[in-house]
Amino acid sequence: MEYAADLWHLFVRLVRASVRMPVFVVISIVQPILWVLLFGQLFRAVAALPGFGAASYVQFLAPGIAIMTALFGAAYSGMGMLADVERGVLDRLLATPVARSALLAARILHAATQVSLQSAIILLVSAAIGARPHGGIPGVALVLLAAALLGAAFGAFSNAVALLTRRQELVIATMNFIVLPATFLSTMMMSGNLVPPWIRTAALFNPVNWAVVAARGGFEGRWHLLPRNLGLLAAFAVAAAWLATASFARYRRAA
Amino acid sequence: MGSHDRGSPVDATRAHAIEVIDLRKTYAGGVVALDGVSFTVAPGEVFALLGPNGAGKSSTVRILATLSAPSAGAAFVDGLDVAARPREVRWRIGYVAQASGVDPTATGRENLTLQGQLYRMPAAALRERIQELLALFELTAAADRAAITWSGGMKRRLDVAMGLVHRPAVLFLDEPTTGLDPESRAVMWDEVRALARQGLTLLLTTHYLEEADQLAQRLAILDGGRVVAEGTPDALKARLRGDRVSVELVDRGRVAAAREVLAGLGEVAAVVADGATLHAQVAHGASALPSLLAALDRAGLAVAQVALHRPSLDDVYLDATGQVYDAEGGGGGAGPASGGGVTRPASGGARAVAGGGGGAGPASGGDVRPPNRREA
Repeated sequence: MEYAADLWHLFVRLVRASVRMPVFVVISIVQPILWVLLFGQLFRAVAALPGFGAASYVQFLAPGIAIMTALFGAAYSGMGMLADVERGVLDRLLATPVARSALLAARILHAATQVSLQSAIILLVSAAIGARPHGGIPGVALVLLAAALLGAAFGAFSNAVALLTRRQELVIATMNFIVLPATFLSTMMMSGNLVPPWIRTAALFNPVNWAVVAARGGFEGRWHLLPRNLGLLAAFAVAAAWLATASFARYRRAA
Repeated sequence: MGSHDRGSPVDATRAHAIEVIDLRKTYAGGVVALDGVSFTVAPGEVFALLGPNGAGKSSTVRILATLSAPSAGAAFVDGLDVAARPREVRWRIGYVAQASGVDPTATGRENLTLQGQLYRMPAAALRERIQELLALFELTAAADRAAITWSGGMKRRLDVAMGLVHRPAVLFLDEPTTGLDPESRAVMWDEVRALARQGLTLLLTTHYLEEADQLAQRLAILDGGRVVAEGTPDALKARLRGDRVSVELVDRGRVAAAREVLAGLGEVAAVVADGATLHAQVAHGASALPSLLAALDRAGLAVAQVALHRPSLDDVYLDATGQVYDAEGGGGGAGPASGGGVTRPASGGARAVAGGGGGAGPASGGDVRPPNRREA
């Protein structure tokens, strides 16, 4: 109970900091909308390709962009941790009796919450331009769960990189290095039927693709896609959280 | 995770609020920050760790605040071993770091509230406590503005208030006035004195000699990770028995010659050179001064300035380390020697108000006192 209270207070602080930056709020809402509209237009003809296997490109794209948003939204979560380090806020929090893990868990929870909200907006905008969630409300909830899990995993990973390197530049470089290849080695924008076999194989081992397939499964109501991909995604999130925890312990030992 | 462990047996004697025993800290890369530091602080005492940058002050405080593990030795707060029982120690301490710990995106009240929440204070009691602290530190008017809009002095006071929300037994203040303007520093001094009157145990670090002299009941001078002197300011100064005559030469190139002249005089116990200035330790400054000047004159050494000092902590430091005190670290020789002839941390206090050199430090000579502000 006390742990939950600690976590809540720390989480509220992060949410408050986010919503106090109006520019941040506007960008994080407008950007995913732009992606849906832009990619939806750019690749509209793709859905007509033989074997693509979707009713329309927007229908195909919506869950993919929801996951892309989650990935990009969480990948730089570690920057906030470094800002706390530089401002002395982290030291001050560490000198209180608060559970060490709650300091990290609050950031991961914050990343997961933020990207879930962004993904929800994506789905709403997609619905407005013709996408239909065949999985109904449970399906939409599962899309958001997949986004949240991927957000938690990359949020944790980003914090691990931040705590290990303690350099904002290295967080940006590392995450950039990972995020784009992970996006394109997946079926986020292109049907698995049409990508080269080696990409199809690589995607099988790509956590971003697990999230994409799970989200698409939920959105389309193809439930059989969910257990395996959500399971792998959850395991990945746990592994990332473990890495972040170990990195945090190493950071504190080096003090 | 849930237990507070607030009332458990202790590891060391309760007679000390803080006990540090042969503390050593070597950072990765082999930098030795602490090389066997020992001292004790009694409950309710204001104790200062004084020393130039890099002397080991912050390293000591960070270990006491459970943020850093000692490489060897032991430290106890309220009788609890900080390395073995950090969680219990954290309930008892307030920590005000050298770098501000204020979250600039949050308001003053929010910063204080989070702090109290993490110490699991009940909401109503916390609200009341925050009102009290805001009033005490004169922050009520700004309380609901984001801290990013606050002045440096206000943020620093908020830092201290945050360290006090949960009514700790021991408060650590790591360089509470570094970077503050003279007026804000005077306010902070008053706050510290007011806290001391409430019976709080206070460990403060400073690289301003004057600050330690003004605020601390006892102090330890740290240099190169060791305690080089410890005691009350008066006892430390009394130990020196004597005055200091500082002579600045016109020709810096003749310092060595002048040093020889002075060292040859019977009245002079010791001479230290610092740039173009020589500091001579004498039993009675006023009576020794004429013969010092006469000797220099006979040797053809022109004198630019002369100053006579009653013993100050400068001299204690000089006596203990053989170097002129230089707050920026690095010891004697290279400091920003000023017209007064003594290397000081940048002048400030009443002197800066009077139109002096500005800068950020309280003057270290015994003759300058901070402007008297309201009594809290």
